[in-house]
Amino acid sequence: MSVTLEQAIDSRQHQNLLSWLTSRQVFWVFVAAVLACVALSLVTDTFATERNIFNVTRNFAFVGIIALGMTAVIASGGIDLSVGSTVVMSAMVTGVVMAAGMPFWVAALAAIGASLAIGAVNGLLIAYAGMPAFVVTLGMLSVARSLAMVLSDNKMIWEFGPDHDLLLWLGGGATFGIPHPLIAMVVLALATGFAFRWTRWGQHLFAVGGNEEAATLTGVPVKRIKLSVYMFSAFTAGVTGILMVGWLGGVTTNLGQAMELTVIAAAVIGGANLAGGIGSAFGAVVGALLIEVIRNSLILLGISTFWQGTFVGCFIVIAVTFDRIRNFRSSE
Amino acid sequence: MAALELSNISKNFGAIQALQDVSMKIEPGEVVGLMGDNGAGKSTLVKIIAGNFRPSAGDITIDGSHVEFHKPIDAQRKGVEIVYQDLALCNNLTAASNVYLGRELTAQIGPVKVLDYRTMFKRAGELFAELKSETRPRDMVKRMSGGQRQAVAIARTLLTQPKIVLMDEPTAAISVRQVAEVLNLIKRLRDQGIAIILISHRMPDVFTVADKITVLRRGRLVADKPVSKSSPEEVTGLITGAIEAA
Ligand SMILES: Nc1ncnc2c1ncn2[C@@H]1O[C@H](COP(=O)(O)OP(=O)(O)OP(=O)(O)O)[C@@H](O)[C@H]1O
Ligand SMILES: [Mg+2]
Repeated sequence: MSVTLEQAIDSRQHQNLLSWLTSRQVFWVFVAAVLACVALSLVTDTFATERNIFNVTRNFAFVGIIALGMTAVIASGGIDLSVGSTVVMSAMVTGVVMAAGMPFWVAALAAIGASLAIGAVNGLLIAYAGMPAFVVTLGMLSVARSLAMVLSDNKMIWEFGPDHDLLLWLGGGATFGIPHPLIAMVVLALATGFAFRWTRWGQHLFAVGGNEEAATLTGVPVKRIKLSVYMFSAFTAGVTGILMVGWLGGVTTNLGQAMELTVIAAAVIGGANLAGGIGSAFGAVVGALLIEVIRNSLILLGISTFWQGTFVGCFIVIAVTFDRIRNFRSSE
Repeated sequence: MAALELSNISKNFGAIQALQDVSMKIEPGEVVGLMGDNGAGKSTLVKIIAGNFRPSAGDITIDGSHVEFHKPIDAQRKGVEIVYQDLALCNNLTAASNVYLGRELTAQIGPVKVLDYRTMFKRAGELFAELKSETRPRDMVKRMSGGQRQAVAIARTLLTQPKIVLMDEPTAAISVRQVAEVLNLIKRLRDQGIAIILISHRMPDVFTVADKITVLRRGRLVADKPVSKSSPEEVTGLITGAIEAA
């Protein structure tokens, strides 16, 4: 035999780092985002200002955090349309509990608890009752937002009791010049990336998305994995909800409206495959970054933000087309 | 003592009676060819032995002791391994990940259990070498040939020291040369004293390696006899129902 066992064990399908990188959709999306940033700093004198960068990073962090949860769901072969409503639910619980004079940590626990409950209901119906994810989470999109309205009596909350300042600092403040939502996103992205690659949970989630039948046969706890994935997605939405209240300094019931679409777009642009089995934490973050850079550039270039949807939509199609072409080539 | 003994196994899926009163015995180092028409219940039978389904009625005995499997890992712990029909592979994972799917190796690092890729790659690589397959542990199953995929599915059964290996059409969809490899492998496993059930629609395969032939027809066992006392013609008759039982 010409190859030794060691060589076979160590061999990879890509000869070097570069060929591996260029074969990945997320790499090209990252390049596009960086190029857009460079171009914007050259063309405008407003992009590279500290203020603007601060805003961009904070804004993209909110979408980025939920895109991490969404990527887990999509990689497992599902979809979660209820994240925007989970955001408002979490935000509203935070607001109501704090306005009632409770400390921040109680409110945060309640908000995360409410979010996890939403995720658990989604997960139980999908995994154990075998209902389609699209239908269940579409229903939850409606239910959770409506419950948030009931909870708040559809009033705006902007006074948050004794820990008012702490909440605003957490969501809107910065440490060492880095906005807190961005810190939260980086921590969550690292944790998610680690979990995807290095834990059984990650391995099983991708197995379920790749071939659910095979996963079931080989004894992967498919139902538990699905449940956990929807709870994780709801958790990320819950964290975002709390941070968003702090950032905005108030909650209204239209918070997070249509956010699920932006988040799904971020995940897909970042390489998550809606057919399941493929996605990465880094991709989720990069996808969210690109969307925010597009939005920001339109504002800075004085183009109507009505164009945002067109650009984001085109990017979704381009990213997926690119992936198709690459697969087509490699399957030849 | 029989490696595996099935007594009066029945299985119904709702109104469908997939298996009815199936009893058979396999000795260590024996190869049993299990044949039958599409839908006869072959896959259902091996999935019951592998812990995927629970029988509606009947008993399974391994090495003389009664067993009851709730999930595949229970069966694996008793030394039962299976190559599933259609292989049950995840295209988006590497060969090694597929081999270890459902029983990944982990190392405890602080509070978390981290996947031990190094050992999994190494062991999978050794198994592929043992199987004389060109399969490489880090390759994605998506880009593999039929034979390589087969090797991944078979390598899975050799992770532990199995006592019973069930093979559900392991030679469907591979080349003639690869079929010969699989049959050789079955002989090697048999020589190690492993009991094997081989499901196949290919008469020559079964007659080459099997010691005993069993035939299922619409969920009932209609034949269980030494290969030397049977013939392809008789088996064909048994499968189609032209011959009632033998
Ligand atoms: N999970 C299931 N739910 C309901 N019915 C099932 C299930 N699995 C198998 N069956 C039914 O049980 C019967 C036996 O199926 P089985 O897969 O065991 O056949 P087989 O002998 O393996 O056929 P083939 O040669 O086509 O693989 C069929 O009627 C099939 O439709
Ligand atoms: Mg079958």
